[in-house]
Amino acid sequence: MKISRALTCLAAGATLATLASAASAADLQIVSGAVGRDIQVLRENLDRFEKMTGNKVTIVEMPSSSTDQFAQYRLWLSAGNSDIDVYRTDIIWAPQIAAHLLDLSKYEKAAAAAKEHFPSIIQSQTVNGKLVALPYYTDAPALFYRKDLLEKYKLDVPKTWDDLAKAAKTIQDGERKAGAGNFQGYVFQAAAYEGLTCNGLEWLVSHGAGHIVEADGTISVNNPKAAAALEQAASWIGTISPEGVLGYKEEEARGVWQTGNAAFMRNWPYAYALSNSDDSAVKGKFGVAALPSGGAGSAATLGGWNLAVSKYSKHPKEAVELVLFLTSAEAQKMRAIENNNLPTRPALYEDQEILKAQPSIGLWKDIFNNSTPRPSAATKADYNEVSKEFWDAVHATLAGKGSAKRNLARLEARLKRLKGSGWK
Amino acid sequence: MKQSTGRTLTISARRRRAAALFLAPMLLVLVLVAGWPLLRTLWFGFTDASLGDLAGARWIGFSNYLEWLSYGEGDGEWVGLLVDGEWWRAVWNTLVFTFITVSVETALGLVVAMVLNVRFPLRGLVRAAVLIPWAIPTVVSAKMWAWMLNDQFGIINDIGLKLGLISSPVAWIASADTAMVAVMLVDIWKSTPFMALLILAGLQMIPEDIYEAAKIDGVNPLVTFWRVTLPLAAPAIMVAVIFRALDALRVFDIIYVLTPNNAETRTMSVFVQENLFQFDQFAYGSAASTLLFLVIAFITLGYIRAARLNLG
Repeated sequence: MKISRALTCLAAGATLATLASAASAADLQIVSGAVGRDIQVLRENLDRFEKMTGNKVTIVEMPSSSTDQFAQYRLWLSAGNSDIDVYRTDIIWAPQIAAHLLDLSKYEKAAAAAKEHFPSIIQSQTVNGKLVALPYYTDAPALFYRKDLLEKYKLDVPKTWDDLAKAAKTIQDGERKAGAGNFQGYVFQAAAYEGLTCNGLEWLVSHGAGHIVEADGTISVNNPKAAAALEQAASWIGTISPEGVLGYKEEEARGVWQTGNAAFMRNWPYAYALSNSDDSAVKGKFGVAALPSGGAGSAATLGGWNLAVSKYSKHPKEAVELVLFLTSAEAQKMRAIENNNLPTRPALYEDQEILKAQPSIGLWKDIFNNSTPRPSAATKADYNEVSKEFWDAVHATLAGKGSAKRNLARLEARLKRLKGSGWK
Repeated sequence: MKQSTGRTLTISARRRRAAALFLAPMLLVLVLVAGWPLLRTLWFGFTDASLGDLAGARWIGFSNYLEWLSYGEGDGEWVGLLVDGEWWRAVWNTLVFTFITVSVETALGLVVAMVLNVRFPLRGLVRAAVLIPWAIPTVVSAKMWAWMLNDQFGIINDIGLKLGLISSPVAWIASADTAMVAVMLVDIWKSTPFMALLILAGLQMIPEDIYEAAKIDGVNPLVTFWRVTLPLAAPAIMVAVIFRALDALRVFDIIYVLTPNNAETRTMSVFVQENLFQFDQFAYGSAASTLLFLVIAFITLGYIRAARLNLG
């Protein structure tokens, strides 16, 4: 009798507890741009989160161009949109939208978790002492090369841009003669968007031509080395790269590469996992290396994505929980194994399971460690326009509209005008 | 006698008052949905507003349009929208785009409308089929064409290569020389049905008996076209042209999807969108919006005058 009553009480208690948790469960919305399998992998993460917490999370999917995403996010945030709780943000956006994001360091668990990530990334997401986002994964590009073709033509993995151009030309000529009429030497991203700024910055830095705008805010882009770097890149168009690269973003370049129609490609780690998938024509036939040098060493632009909670979210507590879950070691490990997304936690680079599934992760870590940030910290809220002016100048040079020297002089004048008395 | 005149006046005055009363709600709605945003944009163009802080906008006069930026000691330069080469380039791009697309669409639309005006079996089906490009949302058709025009996998290059029209794949969208042509082709493909439909409506207004009379008199069909069809369909064509021109002058979606951020195809609307939302230049973008409005208004008024259209 007593036992049965006790049981009833327990059952009632349990029901109440479930009810309570159901009542506090929230419908969250996360917005994310995507390349490759990003969305599927995120969904798998979210399914686990939903099971653990009872909250529901919907993904709002955005186009792959980070430039397009940013315009939309800025609009939503400025309008105080409360529909989106969590934003996946590019590493360069923090200073521009910090005012609309929650300070995660106010949350004990988040402040503790922040210490487990690479300090340089946490630093980039801290604006005036406010931690606006936690790192989701980090990114640094590399040179993808066809092992089989380098062997066939007895070539080494190129160490400099000149080597790359020569090797690409040899392979392209040979393959075209052998009947592959569409074969390309080198594909990269040269559409007029943020990705071209990344490519352009790599050419500049690898030639020792500065970082467009230096850390102290001086505009350094108009120099002879930068002009030489851009002229060199322009010489590839129509010789080792199709004219179409002027409209390529990451996925277009991967399309040419993964169908076996390119000898070299510059791309981010996500392309590594996809190029090794079963339906890939280059599965097992390629390798990755640091991008070539222009005389001043190899340079890779630091990329990467972070998760931020909107200040206008109706469920800030649950949203922070979600961010903590998605940036946890467990979630990052799963994405590293499935999608080759580089973890932002140093500890995971020693993880045996990741090393087994993605043996190249050590190489990516080296590339990440030597990566170059874009001048987003120095140019603050003006960064987007600085970047647009830069990619316009690079795109014009690549398209043969004016010499690099003239385009850079024009760029410098425009940046000076934008800067005025100082970056804002 | 005098009294009755007074009475008719009162009646007409009363009628006018009733008309005003009936029109008032509509006018109020127009002021709210069209006038208010327009005035707000105009106002922002004279301030230093930023998207993050619209409420804190301060009046800065004409600085967004034109300002003397002094380097000190008499040296300096003019800055602002009115001397911004990129803006005028966008205006030029828009005008070229509008002039060419609307001209071609009108010519093609007239041809299609004349064909559809003739009785033939399954005419209803063909009329519906012709409208398909117009019915597809622009973003979808732009994306579709982006794939068809792709330099490596696109069907256009494939056909061109197989027919021997081109010797190597052309990067239609990416190449500076062909980007504008590609965008215009897609727009013409999409909007010709719209022109054809409006012109067809005009053609159907022409009474059959005029053609019969012409036939009995033994008039050459070409002469009939120039002397009968064209003058009688002209009002419909003129109205169709102004509809299309207004649409083309504010073109945004096709270009945003097909060739984003490309200086070759940057139109006024794309310039405005970039400044308003991508850059932290809300006030500058608002000023550009205002100029865009003025440019379109100016062209429309000029056109109405030149075409002696009676819209009233």
